[in-house]
Amino acid sequence: MPGKLKVKIVAGRHLPVMDRASDLTDAFVEVKFGNTTFKTDVYLKSLNPQWNSEWFKFEVDDEDLQDEPLQITVLDHDTYSANDAIGKVYIDIDPLLYSEAATVISGWFPIYDTIHGIRGEINVVVKVDLFNDLNRFRQSSCGVKFFCTTSIPKCYRAVIIHGFVEELVVNEDPEYQWIDRIRTPRASNEARQRLISLMSGELQRKIGLKVLEMRGNAVVGYLQCFDLEGESGLVVRAIGTACTLDKLSSPAAFLPACNSPSKEMKESPLVHPPSHGCRSTHNSPIHTATGSRLTQNFSVSVPTLIYTGMGSGSAGKEGGPFKALLRQQTQSALEQRGGSPHRFCRRREFPFFTLTAFPPGFLVHVGGVVSARSVKLLDRIHNPDEPETRDAWWAEIRQEIKSHAKALGCHAVVGYSESTSICEEVCILSASGTAAVLNPRFLQDGTVEGCLEQRLEENLPTRCGFCHIPYDELNMPFPAHLTYCYNCRKQKVPDVLFTTIDLPTDATVIGKGCLIQARLCRLKKKAQAEANATAISNLLPFMEYEVHTQLMNKLKLKGMNALFGLRIQITVGENMLMGLASATGVYLAALPTPGGIQIAGKTPNDGSYEQHISHMQKKINDTIAKNKELYEINPPEISEEIIGSPIPEPRQRSRLLRSQSESSDEVTELDLSHGKKDAFVLEIDDTDAMEDVHSLLTDVPPPSGFYSCNTEIMPGINNWTSEIQMFTSVRVIRLSSLNLTNQALNKNFNDLCENLLKSLYFKLRSMIPCCLCHVNFTVSLPEDELIQVTVTAVAITFDKNQALQTTKTPVEKSLQRASTDNEELLQFPLELCSDSLPSHPFPPAKEHLESASSNSGIPAAQRATSVDYSSFADRCSSWIELIKLKAQTIRRGSIKTTVTVEKASPVGDGNFRNRSAPPCANSTVGVVKMTPLSFIPGAKITKYLGIINMFFIRETTSLREEGGVSGFLHAFIAEVFAMVRAHVAALGGNAVVSYIMKQCVFMENPNKNQAQCLINVSGDAVVFVRESDLEVVSSQQPTINCQSSCTEGEVTT
Amino acid sequence: MTSELDIFVGNTTLIDEDVYRLWLDGYSVTDAVALRVRSGILEQTGATAAVLQSDTMDHYRTFHMLERLLHAPPKLLHQLIFQIPPSRQALLIERYYAFDEAFVREVLGKKLSKGTKKDLDDISTKTGITLKSCRRQFDNFKRVFKVVEEMRGSLVDNIQQHFLLSDRLARDYAAIVFFANNRFETGKKKLQYLSFGDFAFCAELMIQNWTLGAVGEAPTDPDSQMDDMDMDLDKEFLQDLKELKVLVADKDLLDLHKSLVCTALRGKLGVFSEMEANFKNLSRGLVNVATKLTHNKDVRDLFVDLVEKFVEPCRSDHWPLSDVRFFLNQYSASVHSLDGFRHQALWDRYMGTLRGCLLRLYHD
Repeated sequence: MPGKLKVKIVAGRHLPVMDRASDLTDAFVEVKFGNTTFKTDVYLKSLNPQWNSEWFKFEVDDEDLQDEPLQITVLDHDTYSANDAIGKVYIDIDPLLYSEAATVISGWFPIYDTIHGIRGEINVVVKVDLFNDLNRFRQSSCGVKFFCTTSIPKCYRAVIIHGFVEELVVNEDPEYQWIDRIRTPRASNEARQRLISLMSGELQRKIGLKVLEMRGNAVVGYLQCFDLEGESGLVVRAIGTACTLDKLSSPAAFLPACNSPSKEMKESPLVHPPSHGCRSTHNSPIHTATGSRLTQNFSVSVPTLIYTGMGSGSAGKEGGPFKALLRQQTQSALEQRGGSPHRFCRRREFPFFTLTAFPPGFLVHVGGVVSARSVKLLDRIHNPDEPETRDAWWAEIRQEIKSHAKALGCHAVVGYSESTSICEEVCILSASGTAAVLNPRFLQDGTVEGCLEQRLEENLPTRCGFCHIPYDELNMPFPAHLTYCYNCRKQKVPDVLFTTIDLPTDATVIGKGCLIQARLCRLKKKAQAEANATAISNLLPFMEYEVHTQLMNKLKLKGMNALFGLRIQITVGENMLMGLASATGVYLAALPTPGGIQIAGKTPNDGSYEQHISHMQKKINDTIAKNKELYEINPPEISEEIIGSPIPEPRQRSRLLRSQSESSDEVTELDLSHGKKDAFVLEIDDTDAMEDVHSLLTDVPPPSGFYSCNTEIMPGINNWTSEIQMFTSVRVIRLSSLNLTNQALNKNFNDLCENLLKSLYFKLRSMIPCCLCHVNFTVSLPEDELIQVTVTAVAITFDKNQALQTTKTPVEKSLQRASTDNEELLQFPLELCSDSLPSHPFPPAKEHLESASSNSGIPAAQRATSVDYSSFADRCSSWIELIKLKAQTIRRGSIKTTVTVEKASPVGDGNFRNRSAPPCANSTVGVVKMTPLSFIPGAKITKYLGIINMFFIRETTSLREEGGVSGFLHAFIAEVFAMVRAHVAALGGNAVVSYIMKQCVFMENPNKNQAQCLINVSGDAVVFVRESDLEVVSSQQPTINCQSSCTEGEVTT
Repeated sequence: MTSELDIFVGNTTLIDEDVYRLWLDGYSVTDAVALRVRSGILEQTGATAAVLQSDTMDHYRTFHMLERLLHAPPKLLHQLIFQIPPSRQALLIERYYAFDEAFVREVLGKKLSKGTKKDLDDISTKTGITLKSCRRQFDNFKRVFKVVEEMRGSLVDNIQQHFLLSDRLARDYAAIVFFANNRFETGKKKLQYLSFGDFAFCAELMIQNWTLGAVGEAPTDPDSQMDDMDMDLDKEFLQDLKELKVLVADKDLLDLHKSLVCTALRGKLGVFSEMEANFKNLSRGLVNVATKLTHNKDVRDLFVDLVEKFVEPCRSDHWPLSDVRFFLNQYSASVHSLDGFRHQALWDRYMGTLRGCLLRLYHD
């Protein structure tokens, strides 16, 4: 499928003065794609040249179209000496390659120079003509859509969610090539920018090929990262979730207008008939005929191995045997990798999903957070074409994650992400996700049964389902404290739930949520190579453990019982390790009320000490009470009798023992059965612990009118108004080398984060009442004594009056009641099923045992001592042990009952709230919004224009003149925003959603008056329409919906 | 623990109006923080001084980066680096070009040259306005002057188009540019009682009536194209003003004029006798001002002369403003009844403006 790329250079403006004598510039433009270059005429003596060039045409393969960026260089013509470069514009033409996205790129682009920053703007028009050529062996993957958004994009419906795709490309870093010694910094920076652009194009194309192989047409939750490994090279890797998406023909037809955009996502897949395979071709994202589309929808390809052979299990799939079957399937499937009878199963080794929000019913149960880390020593990548080493590293980690998930009785991992931290030659690879049990409906092709299930599923009570433990109660992977679900009272739930995903939209939450962070520093001796890797490996388990302890304490202190969006970052530096965990705490109604925190002293005979303890205890209790009030946590009182709790094993107290590296052998098992129910006990036996308690209490809540969370939306606030402000804030502190103790370090780091948050609250005070959403902290250690924290988040205003309402409207409440009733109906076969359910033998993985052991107080250090760093240095304790969960009992219903239920409820009330979206309505010309969220409050996304993935380098040799490090970075980040906005505007968009600054590497050398910074950002360019601009439903709208539901009915029967 | 780097960048550039004002007023970050602390913001928001310091630094940095664009406001509108809502852009520009009354009175009518710039130190000490702020205001005057200096067409329109100022502010700048171009003396002690507003009012009248642009049609003759339409007084007009001499030189004409005025005003003026006694002096003063305007030196002293020759004598006789108005109206109008006088149009062009100016200048 070759194509013709056409480029026209229209004009320039605000060009810099290049000729001092005349104060003017003689500018011309070079347009380069691949190896072909065109030039415009020289436009003499103007800072606002009008080139109005002819169309420059490049005839190229689509493979090149995907890999290569269009490179536009603006130069100043000089008769006597070499022409001076003014700057460059790189345009990724990928968005033009899928038919649904942009058709033309046209607009003003900032002309960027890596030394001088933005120098004027240039107006460019770019078009692509693609020729269909289906017979060729495909090396390209034009037409596969990419989304950074980690949920099903708003104007699409997921037909199938195929699963994990990953790819990795390596190369030498131009900055470290020998030639770098003789070329200018500018040339070196440009070589790097260009290489990374090429590599990410190639990566995207390769991922696209994998998706096509899986018969998908899109990648959702696409996350691409760079590892600057220095001497050893440059790695570009990406992960994502392959899907088959169906565009909702008219975005308005199936999207109910409601304030919470996440609800759109929730309802749209349900009301949409799944049999839309034969929609007109222009909607088809792949350039194939309609026929193949049909095959795609109805083929029997099995999306993940887990579900092999499960295709017909529609009837009893929720029944007891189902679970057993599922397990068997899971295991057998995982083992017989590649041996599947189906053609398309080759690559589904990892049942991972990078999504964090899901269509309703997709997520059946959540097990808990699973994570794995490994310390590696980097060596030079000798052959860029064979990135096996890095591939193997990641495969190993993923394998581990998979086995962790298995141990939790889960067959899949959702909210999955990978990251690295590199310092010199040491690299920590991390992966984490949430073990989960998924509903195979979305993973399978849209079979007839699938449709039926879809209808059935819709009415199942899923409000609390995801909290129910997925694994066997009798074979708990670790000691946990279980109770019956406080919502349905039927299933067991853990006392605390940690996840990496967003709060499911149908979850019942009491009160509001809040950002919870655990921060930790550990000093480490400077060491070389293997000794260094060992040292790091030895420290990691302690860090993980302490981070978890902090999180747990802070969660209890807030009076909450679940964490969402948990992200733990471990950063390695020359002489220290930093751990930063961020999550959003909430009170899930389905989970039990968290107990308080009790402080126990070790030397009870000392009177003043006792007094001190009791004083502290009082303070903690006060804080908990205050927080409960602040976050409006007032769960309904439920008496013990109702809960019943015939829990088989004796109730286990969650214990919190300090892990002390220096005296770990002294840790004694305490009987912590103080009178107080579910109390968490903090044992104060040394100053460290004291510090901890203090730090617990020093976390200042945000000022009134402010909320913060790191998830997409704030639980408990659902009436966003349209004002949003995305921002990036960067702070670097220098530690004085004198006070480098763990404690001082912790305090410094803690202060740094707290002060940063305080500054944000202060700066955004004019937006009150507002909420900081998707607060994303990144820590790096650029030098010995420097700590850099980068925060990106969005502040969204909300309507205070309505915010005071509880989350649940009366209607919803009654629905909830109804569903509970339904569940009761479903209960009758339960006994039967539970009998037939074999108690599943579930051999926990070895590591898993280890990790569990760390929870019971066995010093983690002991098991971490023997590490083989060359292949795999540390199998750091996974999160499994930390999550109190438990095997699911049986919640089964026969097909008969579910059908009844289906009839009892309407297809979806969302239909009647539909609005039509006039595409022309675009009130905000020129303004481009940016947000890390997947939606824009008060607006509807009508079109996705493609992903934005940009990499910039900025360097200066006149740091002082540019306002020092702050001035330099401030200007650079502003420029990056500007370039992102310009690209989006040129695509015809007015917003970037799911925006993320993936990297911000800052290096300075004040003595030489130099600094350099690398920034990598990405997001989805979209067109949105304000809800206020939308017209009210046209009169035929309901009829259409009627028809569609009828069609649906016909298909399903 | 020291902060090496501390920045905040919003997709929409945050502008804090209070900090902007402090920055415009030329306060250092330290002073600005101190002033903000004094304003009680810490108590209101529960923030700490460190937070305030960081916030102030951030805003100052932003303003510093914006300043380059503010020098050519249309650039601010078209640039892509800072996303600022239009209303905020307007506010930034308007405030940046706003000036202090005390400062403008010091430099009004002075040549906007390096020499004057050197005097800013003294002005700063005298007015209590920070040197930084003085420099900004001075540079603004100079920049506007440079841009519109060579331009044809309405001064106010030119300023508005190139600096995107509000109508009000553009008019003020027109006055400043006009005064600087004609170097009117405004600093003399006896002129101290006049405000910038008084001068600006006069400048506007003069631009409307006494410049080339005021004649209406642009001169067709290519030689005169170098003449700035609104900035320079109409040389021909100034030359013609010599013809008015006859009004005081011809004794009969002067007597006739006086009797006409006195007849008309008898009984209507509280200060009639003083007027009658002073008529010849006043008239001589007003006409002599007109006839001397061919000399640049005398043009510069226009306001000094007006105050000396007219305002002060009247004020010493305690003329109420209403009487001054009656008198001037009658004084101008009566000339039409002087049969021997042939320069009625010239008189009206001169006196119409002068009457307006005098009325404005006549206060304590």
